[in-house]
Amino acid sequence: MNPSTAGSLAEPTYLNHETTVRSWLLTRDHKRIGVMFLVLVISALLLGGVFAMLLRIELLTPGPTIMGPMTYNRVFTLHGVTMVWLFMIPAIPSAFGNFVLPLMLGAKEVAFPRLNLASVYIYAAGAALTVFGMVWSGADTGWTFYTPYSTTSPTAVTPILLGVFIIGFSTIITGLNFITTTHTLRAPGMHWSRIPLFVWAIYGTSVIQVVATPVLAMVLVLVALERVAGVGIFDPTRGGDPVLFQHMFWFYSHPAVYIMVLPAMGVITEVVCAFSRKNIFGYRMIAASTFGIAFVGFFSWGHHMFVSGQSTFGSGIFGVLSMLVAIFTAIKIFNWVATMYGGAIDLKVPLLYVLGFIFLLTFGGMTGVAVATTSLDVHWHDTYFIVAHFHYIMVGSVLMAFLAALHYWWPKMFGRLFPERWASVAACTIIFGFIVTFLPQFLLGNMGMPRRYYQYPSEMQWLNVLSTAGASLLAFGFGLIGLYLVWSLRYGKVSPANPWGSRGYEWFSASPPGPHNFREPPRFEREVHDYTVSEAPHVF
Amino acid sequence: MSSETTPWREYFGSRENQSHAAQLGMWIFLGSEVLLFTNLFVGYAVYRYYYPEVFIEASHHLATGWATVQTLLLVTSSLCVALAVHFIRSGRAFWMGVALLVAMGLGLGFLVIKGWEYWKHWTEGALPGEYYRLAELPDRGGSLFFTLYFLLTGLHALHMLAGLSVLGWLVWGALVGRYTAEYHVPVEVGGLYWHLVDVFWLFIYPLLYLVE
Ligand code: HEM
Ligand SMILES: [Cu+2]
Repeated sequence: MNPSTAGSLAEPTYLNHETTVRSWLLTRDHKRIGVMFLVLVISALLLGGVFAMLLRIELLTPGPTIMGPMTYNRVFTLHGVTMVWLFMIPAIPSAFGNFVLPLMLGAKEVAFPRLNLASVYIYAAGAALTVFGMVWSGADTGWTFYTPYSTTSPTAVTPILLGVFIIGFSTIITGLNFITTTHTLRAPGMHWSRIPLFVWAIYGTSVIQVVATPVLAMVLVLVALERVAGVGIFDPTRGGDPVLFQHMFWFYSHPAVYIMVLPAMGVITEVVCAFSRKNIFGYRMIAASTFGIAFVGFFSWGHHMFVSGQSTFGSGIFGVLSMLVAIFTAIKIFNWVATMYGGAIDLKVPLLYVLGFIFLLTFGGMTGVAVATTSLDVHWHDTYFIVAHFHYIMVGSVLMAFLAALHYWWPKMFGRLFPERWASVAACTIIFGFIVTFLPQFLLGNMGMPRRYYQYPSEMQWLNVLSTAGASLLAFGFGLIGLYLVWSLRYGKVSPANPWGSRGYEWFSASPPGPHNFREPPRFEREVHDYTVSEAPHVF
Repeated sequence: MSSETTPWREYFGSRENQSHAAQLGMWIFLGSEVLLFTNLFVGYAVYRYYYPEVFIEASHHLATGWATVQTLLLVTSSLCVALAVHFIRSGRAFWMGVALLVAMGLGLGFLVIKGWEYWKHWTEGALPGEYYRLAELPDRGGSLFFTLYFLLTGLHALHMLAGLSVLGWLVWGALVGRYTAEYHVPVEVGGLYWHLVDVFWLFIYPLLYLVE
């Protein structure tokens, strides 16, 4: 693939040592599996993005614009389902985690390579079933599938529930594999206090995945059974309790937001170090706060149910517990900023996304504290304020980190550089577009525009138009990224082994790595991101 | 794990480490299996709290005596699996196979009794959701009890089937001489799975059949 890199000419890479379709489809190589996931999750992002644009176009005018109300319900459901379950949850762990986690540990493989391959196909099967449901008749329940509506809706909820259920298995397998890999496959010298913080983040995420996903899986099955066999667990007319669904759903789905955010934080940590040329400030604090977040995340689900008839005392407790998450998050933010402070900052594209990330996370996090305050949430609940909050924090962080990771590890994955200038333009477009899209939604929500509504009073139009304009910018930014990345695969400059001069451990391998990651087992004799030693251009 | 799984994979560095990885992976999986059942246990607790009398009444429609026999079968089979692990650790593959076959027989016995119970519920109309036809118990609560009953025992039965296939595959491995005193990770890990299936039942049995 890289004819001009004389040094690595003879060395086969994971991309070209076998090139048949079969060798890809049956691969056990975690790097190829990572690439396969990357393709799949980007397709999901694209699909979800198309639905998003349809929603925003519909909301351009106060009345009907391009679709009827029922279609609107379906489109927002499909947007949410695709983005949350098919993109945000697997994106960073399954794509980048698979690719770089073993490299960072100096491992040749993940612990269970065949399970890993299975996880791709399980994901693909689940996604296919979900998409089938979408094509068949869609669903109109929203991505949260609240009962009792979801048990009676005449739309294709069942295949979508089962699709998400199947994807859950993929998530569990991935988590299981990463935990075991981290425990058993570290190379010599990689003791626990040297593990890169991206690995810590993925490890923490994996714990949540393994613990929370089965709970979600079962609740989805229960809803599906309720639809198919009328089992009545959540149906009040049969003596069931719809609020029980909300408890079970949020017991998973609140931690699930950390399944999305923790890996993003891990990426940010790596990128901050690499482009500030400094080791992270407060390694232990960052690792510990990861587990703090994971832990508290399990005790704050009730903040989604302030208005579901929960006792005021219960709500108060859940509110306070939720705010603890903000403390752990703040620890990380301070440590990133402290790392940049006094570092030799190199404002390359990945770092631009980090800045976007820090802004969105801080802003979204503060609005989180606001909505965790019961008295305020009663006003904002189920309005666009919530939509803005979770897009800022959840989508903002995952998207920014995903793009940061994509750019940071692109040369590692494909051995090519992308055009820096175009990429900077795209990054600025995306960050600006994101803010323009979602900032107006805070105002809309505060004015009382409910979420999931198809029409609104005409005073609210200008803010909606602004939001749609922002979304168009976002779409444009993505188009641009797609173009230059695909272009770079063929025409991009061939990358040196470590184009950023990063001291991250994954750069000990060639770029792209050989089929077995390393020629000789790497030895980890310094801390991660230690920029005080000068590194010989030695690739293990 | 068939022919391509050479028992020993070089990237683990050592056999101990490979065995450690397999056990750890299995424990994590078992942990997530436990959590898979939690919703049902929580649902049981919630609805028992809502409909205490109906739940007690409904449990009288279950065959407690037979469930006790099932419990004995399952516990004995777990013992056999533990013996199988013990045998292979000292290299006695033949006895390992025998112990596993006995365990499978006991497991099958369990499932046969379960099937017979299901058939009785079917004729009685003690069925979940829409199919509930039991006149002497109120629909509210009664149908929920049987929903949870079928979900818990059904999910457990599915796990038994999975467990039986695992044991069958281990017996086959013993026949072709795959396991030795040095290499027996799959036996230990598969055994763990069977113990888990057993432990699930040890929660389900008192909850559904014994609690008054
Ligand atoms: C760390 C990243 C976070 C993510 C990814 C996130 C994500 C979300 C999402 C997706 C929702 C909407 C759920 C729905 O569709 O109904 C939501 C709602 C909410 N979030 Fe966050 N959140 C985060 C942090 C926080 C923090 C730190 C707090 C509190 C301090 C918080 C408090 C809330 C509350 C109270 C709601 C419910 C509001 C309502 O429905 O009325 N969030 N969040
Ligand atoms: Cu939450």
